Amino acid sequence: MKIAVCVSHVPDTAAKISVGSDGKSIDPSGVTYVLNPYDEFAIEEALKIKDAQGGEVVAISVGTDANKETLRKALAMGADSAVLLKEDKDRDSIGIAKALAEEIKAQDAKLVFFGKQSVDFDNSITGQVTAELLDYNCVTVVVDLQINGEKVTAEREIEGGREIVETSLPLVITAQKGLNEPRYASLKGIMQAKKKTIEEKTPSPYENMIELVAMKRPPAKQPGKILGEDSSAVPELVRLLREEAKVI
Amino acid sequence: MANKILVYLEQRNGIIKKSSLEAVKVGKDFSEKLGCEVEALVIGSEVSDLGKVGGYGINKIIHLKNSDLELYSPTAYTKLVVQHVQENSADVLLFANTALGKDLAPRVAANLDCGIAMDCVALDIEGDITATRPVYAGKALIDVKLNSEIKIFTLRPNVFNAGEPTGDSASVEVKEVSNPDLSTKVVEIKKSEGKLDVAEADIIVSGGRGLKGTENFKMIEELAEVLGAAVGASRAVVDAGWRPHGEQVGQTGKTVTPTLYVAVGISGAIQHLAGMRSSKYIVAINKDKDAPIFSIADYGIAGDAFEVVPKLIEEIKKLKAE
Repeated sequence: MKIAVCVSHVPDTAAKISVGSDGKSIDPSGVTYVLNPYDEFAIEEALKIKDAQGGEVVAISVGTDANKETLRKALAMGADSAVLLKEDKDRDSIGIAKALAEEIKAQDAKLVFFGKQSVDFDNSITGQVTAELLDYNCVTVVVDLQINGEKVTAEREIEGGREIVETSLPLVITAQKGLNEPRYASLKGIMQAKKKTIEEKTPSPYENMIELVAMKRPPAKQPGKILGEDSSAVPELVRLLREEAKVI
Repeated sequence: MANKILVYLEQRNGIIKKSSLEAVKVGKDFSEKLGCEVEALVIGSEVSDLGKVGGYGINKIIHLKNSDLELYSPTAYTKLVVQHVQENSADVLLFANTALGKDLAPRVAANLDCGIAMDCVALDIEGDITATRPVYAGKALIDVKLNSEIKIFTLRPNVFNAGEPTGDSASVEVKEVSNPDLSTKVVEIKKSEGKLDVAEADIIVSGGRGLKGTENFKMIEELAEVLGAAVGASRAVVDAGWRPHGEQVGQTGKTVTPTLYVAVGISGAIQHLAGMRSSKYIVAINKDKDAPIFSIADYGIAGDAFEVVPKLIEEIKKLKAE
């Protein structure tokens, strides 16, 4: 079985984000880009299934040449091949899903993994939309996955618990932290990844439906007061919470 | 500009969620400003007190009913919402940005081939609708416009105020659904020991590495209990295995906006601050007075958590007893 993993290339979560001069994007200076953290769980799950049942794992990303670095990381972890769907403009999530759906169809992958969201725009749109475009089943925010032949049981995280979901292949899964422990790329893996070619393709053109008009800093929070250095400050804290903040 | 607004009402155990009532209020305000119709849609089996939704401003509710639809089915729910939107020419759709809303709304957008803005914290309808939403876990905000005829917005819980209900009642039209598409279906919900979830809680008490060990979270749990709060955790303690991932606040955890956030023994890594900085009031208790958490805290005690927290529990108990 062919398994596709869709990956994105995002600023490291430790990065300081400031708004760029165009007022619509971040200032990239000093920002390190990495494989989206949730995509590591997606890759690991695909590799686990390949290790157990055989098959082939293809990593796919939509974006500029910079995304090749992230695709190499997927290859180093153990993906068999990688495809870059080249797009130099900023595509919205629906447009990314359309490009991915086209490629997944061409690859004839019946099992597809995503991270539950990219930590740049935090949308959690692409996985579900890709599944709908392909008419595949889809379970999001998955923390446990069992595949027996065509039959699938997944657990997804919800407020205050988990939903047990029954479904079947073909299927899109979006991975949540906790699904597995992502492996580290081995030195051998890294060396092999360097030698592999990343196939480049051009997706069908798309006009954004989600238009970013402005990016801004969140309102600055005024630092408050340090009330004291031990428990003698507690009565004052309680008074402020009651009288000023009115929260207790 | 808009023809009909549709608000999706999410039920759990047959009860409409608070976050959906917040969406109802937004839907009602929009309909008044735009001079268009508004209605609400709920999918489920038995749903109690639907009429009460009228008190938040929508007086027409459609209930798509089938005993197999009590629990969520992405396939069935998607088809039913899409069909309803098409048959009723709704063009502005509002969902709460909950686990269900996040799963369902993008699927609906895919089928209607329309734009969607997730996790909105403000909506402005001067001219076009402009949605404001956090990105990079709250390190920045963006304004977006949707260039499609149908527009979908999911609203972050706890941000829009549902207000106090009036005594108005809504009329409920029940439509029986036959043969829903159950190819993907929730068969069971496993609750995590009846605890409040950080994503929905009004008050959160979070612990970090300063607590020194998993056993010391008893104190955090006790403080959470006297405050009626959810327990949260920093990434460091989740990665150390002291607390479950569901409690993690911050980038790669949950972004939260409670009324009160109490951070205990948390120094305030950039990823953590991003995830909780829009809380209305922040209290920090940390030994190190130079910790970044104090830069965004409204009230801080730069002291030993093991001494301060028990005293805080005692004082709040006293207050509650009065």
